This record gives sequence, structure tokens and C-alpha cells, in this order.
Amino acid sequence: MSVAIIDYGAGNLRSVRGALKSLGADSEVVADPSDLTRFDLLILPGVGAFGEAIDRLRDAGWIEALRAAVGADGKRLLGVCLGMQLLAKTSAEYGRHEGLGFLEGDVVGLRDLGCDDRVPHVGWNALSLDQPEHAVFNGLKDGVDVYFVHSYALRTAAKSQVLASAEYGSRFPAVIGGGRVIGMQFHPEKSSTPGLTLLKNVLERWTC
Amino acid sequence: MLKTRVIPTLLWKDFGLVKGVGFDSWRRVGPVLPAIKVYNRRDVDELILVDILATPHGQEPDADSVADFAEHCFVPFTVGGGVRTLDHFASLLRAGADKIAVNSVLYETPDLVDAAARRYGAQCVVASIDAKRQEGAWRAYAHSGTKETDRDPVTFAKELADRGAGEILLTSIERDGSMEGYDLELITAVTEAVDIPVIASGGAGGYEHMRQAVQDAGAAAAAAASIFHFTEATPAEAKVYLAEAGAPVRVG
Repeated sequence: MSVAIIDYGAGNLRSVRGALKSLGADSEVVADPSDLTRFDLLILPGVGAFGEAIDRLRDAGWIEALRAAVGADGKRLLGVCLGMQLLAKTSAEYGRHEGLGFLEGDVVGLRDLGCDDRVPHVGWNALSLDQPEHAVFNGLKDGVDVYFVHSYALRTAAKSQVLASAEYGSRFPAVIGGGRVIGMQFHPEKSSTPGLTLLKNVLERWTC
Repeated sequence: MLKTRVIPTLLWKDFGLVKGVGFDSWRRVGPVLPAIKVYNRRDVDELILVDILATPHGQEPDADSVADFAEHCFVPFTVGGGVRTLDHFASLLRAGADKIAVNSVLYETPDLVDAAARRYGAQCVVASIDAKRQEGAWRAYAHSGTKETDRDPVTFAKELADRGAGEILLTSIERDGSMEGYDLELITAVTEAVDIPVIASGGAGGYEHMRQAVQDAGAAAAAAASIFHFTEATPAEAKVYLAEAGAPVRVG
């Protein structure tokens, strides 16, 4: 399993790399989208704001490269936090932006989803498994805490793509997936043992 | 349900960690990396590392060292000290920080918060405010507590939240290192003024102090240093105490 961590100038790459390393998985940080052939799994990390991120991805040629990779080339893609949001159709963060469109949904502010609590949503919160039999949840208990740090979340009507949810003011997708794409709103690389279990399952058990 | 966080704070000065009382009388408490490894092994909720010399000495944040530390830090990691520009944000995030704390620069250039929130997202920007009472009124202080400003921490916190800060890290200079309890009045005033999470800091001497900060004063998290450096208290035990008091906490 050959893993590429996409470097588009807006992410904390080291943590993901470190987490994979602790699982015995090698990974390569890739800033150039032109040759992804040797990789099986691409990871799109994310710390940042949607608009800037999608601009950087576009400017570096990642949008076409990712669509080709996941489409014709059969690669798998894991989006983390902002990376998950980028997988969606659109986002309303500081403007109106189009995402990669791999999965259904619009990224909107937590307040717009009905959250009256303090925003950003920062800290450990429970993962509620909507599809507990999914391979990515192997060995994970329903309700385990994972680490969130975000102000925006996905609003989607595609229930079949919502694998797990979290509650903070409202219920929103925490893990989404469809075809060769999975997204995690929280940071699995920063979520202790449950996070590592999720990553391990993505590496070893997720088939599509 | 979102859990309350207990966050050990590490103050970094030169080549090691220090701890003071009232931002003064610094004692050395050992090298940075072993402390990070220990907290990591203990699976703490988050870790805060502040370089307390960078601003007073006019130095840049040491991203290379942060990268070394971050390699051993698998828990959410907030780094601060000397951050003045977006480039500092970039280099520290690249080095492995998850959130960046900014303090002194905000009194001259508060729009760094707006810019950083736009580029990196509000959740990445922790506005750190140090406060002390002067003739009955609170004043915010810059430069590791050495420069009094004319800002009131409560209105300043509100301004920074409006500009896009994701969290407020609120430290009482008087209570710092005293282990006599947090400044609950200060924390309450700030938590009521903003609708972003507030991390309480300064004064924890026992688990009950943390409970007060969270349940009575409205803090989203309790940060502490002295109690963990100088007593046998641990973050895990603090969370057991909080859980028994009815505060939702993460169980490892």
C-alpha cells in the first residue's frame, strides 16, 4: 500500500505522516500532481480555510489530477478535516466556492446548521456510527471520542454517504464515504488510539 | 457531546522548560522533549507550548525545534511565542503545530487575527491574553507580562473573537503559579463576552479549581502547568474528578 500525502501548502502534513509511520506505513509527501501512478492511497490533509485551499489546489493542477486519480486510475482518497470538506460540492467559508465534488453536500457554517454553542467546535466529541458494519470502523466502539477542530461542516441529503456523525448543536457528518473516497471531519492523526484504528482500517481493511 | 479539556501547558525558555509565579521567578523544570513524550504517553487531551522569550528578545519562532517536538507529539498541539506574521503561522503549522497562539503582536497589529483566520481558518488561531488587576480594573499585558497595555482583557477578547480568533487562551498573571485557584471573575467576564471557546489558565492548584473554572466560570478547557510540574496531580486524575462532578470528559 503506497501512500501519498498531498502537499498543497495549507496543511499540517507531519502529524499525518507521523501517525502513518507509527502504524508501520510509509508515506510520501507529494507536491507535484503529475505522477501519482505509484500510489494506491492519496491523503488530502487540511488545516485552513476552504477558499484558499481550493485555489491552491487548482493553481497547482491538483483538481484534474485528483479527479483522474480517483476516477479512471482507481486510486483511493482520504480527506481529513478541511480535506474532507474539499471533497464536497460547495462551501460557504468566506465566500462561495466549488469543491472537488466527489461526494454530495455543501459545506456550511456550524451556526447555519443550528448550533448555538461556542464555535469553532474544538475538542473531543463522540463518533456516532451510522454504518457500524463499514470496514473503516472495525474494532471501534460506537461513541468513542475523536478530536474535532472546525467551524464548518457538511450539510448533505445523501444518507448513504454518511458513515458516522457527531452532535454539536446539530447532528452533522463526521465520516463520509462513497466509491473510492472517504472523508473524516475530525483529525484521526490526532485522535489517539481510535484515530489510529481508523487510519489502520483505511490502510488495511477498506476495499472498494 | 463535546468534552471538557484538561491541557498541560509547557513554557519554553532557552533550552528548557520553566515555570514561574506571577510570570516571574522562573524555575527550571527540565528539557522540553521528555516532557512532551511523557504527556504524549499519558494521552492528554491537548498540549500547549509557549516560547516565552521570543517576543522579549525579538526573536522569530523556532520552527525547527517545534518540528522536532512535534514529531513526538501525537496529541493536539498549540504553539505560541513570538508569532508576528502569517509566515510564522505557515512555518509553525508546517512544523507540526495544530493551532497557533498569538499574544503580543495583537496589541499593535490585531488584524493578523483576521488575516490568519482567512488563510488558515479560525480554528487555528488562539488569541492569548494575559491579564492582571491594576487599581481594581483588569489590564491586558504584552511581552510575557512585562508591558502593561491600555486594553481591558474582556473587551479585547470580544474584539479578537469578532476578528476571527477561534479560541481565547486567558491567563491571570496574578494567579499564575500561585496554585490558589483560577481568577473565576475574570474567566466569567470573558466567557460571557464571547461565543468562542475560552481556555482558562493561571492558578490551578487542585482539581476543584479546574472544576470551578469549567462548571462555574464557563471555560471550555482548563490549562495548567505548576500543578503538573510540582505536585503529584495528573491530567488523568483531574478528568476523573471532573467526571465525578458531572463535567463531560474524554475517557482514554
